Amino acid sequence: MRFERREHRSTLLVISTPILAVIAALAIAGVLIAAAGAPVFEAYWKILTSAFGSRLSATETLTRASPLILTGLAAAVAFRARLWNIGGEGQFYLGAIAAAAASAHLFAGLPSLLQIPLLFIVGAFAGMVLLLVPLWLRLRFSVDEVVTTLLLNFVALLFVSMLIDGVLKDPAAFGWPQSEAVDAAARLPKLLARSRLHIGLGIAVVIAFLIYFVQTRTVFGVQSRAAGLNPSGAVFAGVPLGRTLVIVAMISGGLAGLAGTIEVLGVKGYVTTDLSPGYGYSGIVVAMLANLNPLGVVLAALFTATMFVGADGMSRSMGIPTYIADVTVSLSLLSMLVAVFFTQYRIRR
Amino acid sequence: MSALFDILASAGLWAAVLRIATPLILATLGALISERAGVLNLGIEGIMTFGAMLGWLAVYNGADLWVGLLVAALGGAMFGLLHSVLTVTLGLSQHVSGLGVTLFASSFAYYVFRLMVPVAGTPPTIEPFQPLDIPVLSDLSFFGPAFFTQTAPTYLAIGLAIALAYLIARTPIGLTIRMTGENPHAAEAQGLNPMAIRYGAVIFGSAMMGVGGAFLTLSAFNSFFPTMVQGRGWICIALVVFASWKPERALLGAILFALFDAFQLRLQTVLSGVVPYQIFLMIPYLLSIAALAVMARRARVPQALMQPYRRGER
Repeated sequence: MRFERREHRSTLLVISTPILAVIAALAIAGVLIAAAGAPVFEAYWKILTSAFGSRLSATETLTRASPLILTGLAAAVAFRARLWNIGGEGQFYLGAIAAAAASAHLFAGLPSLLQIPLLFIVGAFAGMVLLLVPLWLRLRFSVDEVVTTLLLNFVALLFVSMLIDGVLKDPAAFGWPQSEAVDAAARLPKLLARSRLHIGLGIAVVIAFLIYFVQTRTVFGVQSRAAGLNPSGAVFAGVPLGRTLVIVAMISGGLAGLAGTIEVLGVKGYVTTDLSPGYGYSGIVVAMLANLNPLGVVLAALFTATMFVGADGMSRSMGIPTYIADVTVSLSLLSMLVAVFFTQYRIRR
Repeated sequence: MSALFDILASAGLWAAVLRIATPLILATLGALISERAGVLNLGIEGIMTFGAMLGWLAVYNGADLWVGLLVAALGGAMFGLLHSVLTVTLGLSQHVSGLGVTLFASSFAYYVFRLMVPVAGTPPTIEPFQPLDIPVLSDLSFFGPAFFTQTAPTYLAIGLAIALAYLIARTPIGLTIRMTGENPHAAEAQGLNPMAIRYGAVIFGSAMMGVGGAFLTLSAFNSFFPTMVQGRGWICIALVVFASWKPERALLGAILFALFDAFQLRLQTVLSGVVPYQIFLMIPYLLSIAALAVMARRARVPQALMQPYRRGER
């Protein structure tokens, strides 16, 4: 058996790839649900109705999708330039804690219209800094950034844990380690009354379109792609490789930091060490499912949020562990990898 | 200062060093052998988690402790096979495939664990490996309790490190593995099958990662809980670079790393209240990053690492 590169890739094939990958993942996860002794189709129906069956659940799913769009974009932008930023989780937390601290101490009392943008900048900056360290290590010492960004996730989470158990601890939280609440003016306006859905969703979607525009219509977009596809060729063609990677890292880390900022300002109002149920790691899956397309990220984030919110509800009523959502999402990543391969190659005997 | 010397002079510290080092030795060797054949396996973190769960679950259901380790090895090998299909046969990005395997293996482990073991107030426990009583050696003063009160898998790990160092440096199999990692085309020209060798190295390496994870639940602790691997897998990937892809240095690196870890654990109790405990917990991760920065340029990377091999294609 050999593989041969396809000359042409039809649009239909490219569009149907993620759909086929998700179906394959759902089929395999279905086997696991059946192994647990539950009716498979009923379980999937429960997932769907738990995620979209009511106004409450639908807004909850969209609320969960917002940070996933941003962490997904963070991964997609970096991966396109072959900058393996696996540190989204740490950048998310650092963005969250920086914004919470700045709101409680630096900008308290400023009006919303001024304070919220300032906090976005602070949070994005914190995420940026955390990614620039591993990039510097790569450019200066040739250290693979996959491992360093992964390790920094643990460091960042411990750092946040230290702050909310120390200098930033809320004295009114009955001894629980949580940060002081953000200023009331820093809370993001709601998108819908009587729900948790906030304007973060709109911001995330607008940013997805912006990044799509930058990647397809600007010189920088072409340069960052070239840096990923063929670094030495890119240098030969006059692409400033180091500078391109620094900008890519700033965007990627900034987006993950912004995701944390928006989550803390939009949903909870304070930081705990369980602010993120793995948004940073899920962002990697979202990016791969979208085949690194910024607009695809929005859809992939919606799928992932549906699985997580839906599996929570399904688990309560059917006794299947909620981890089935993580299993399905990670399986979709693997099947997407295989599916993308077969859009590029065909089997030849 | 005298507090520091007290820590270093206690036999308990050195006993802890070998205990902490064991899972790192096993998993680092696993990552190392597959990288020597040219395949980076970032599935390590998830494979360790899965091995920890599966080995524990087998023993919890009445299997012998050694059977538990074997089952963990088989579980690891299964994910090694998956990673091989994706990276060797299909030639997909080893980074992304490995991360996918980690995410899948760990969530699958949690799913199976939750399914088989209902939620309880205190996690259920098993009877773990007991320290081996070695005649004469275990009775020595200081050296006895410091180095000869380990459980059997620790000695096994050290033995395996020495055996693998010999295998890679001195045997035809070792040469084949090295050749595949340096130049698979040359290996094929010698009539070898680079794909088969890569499959073998990745599967064997993943089995070792599974055993490394199982050591946590069957010897170091006696129960399984999610996130218990705590980044040890990533630390092992860093240790491979630190060891410059040599098994004997991996053994030393893991022990050195464990020494720092055991030391900081004891320093933590001495300095509690003065320095936040999180600072100490950060040390292992920061140490790994520092080790990478120092060693990355000096280390001899296998030349074909992360390069997919396709017959007749360059």
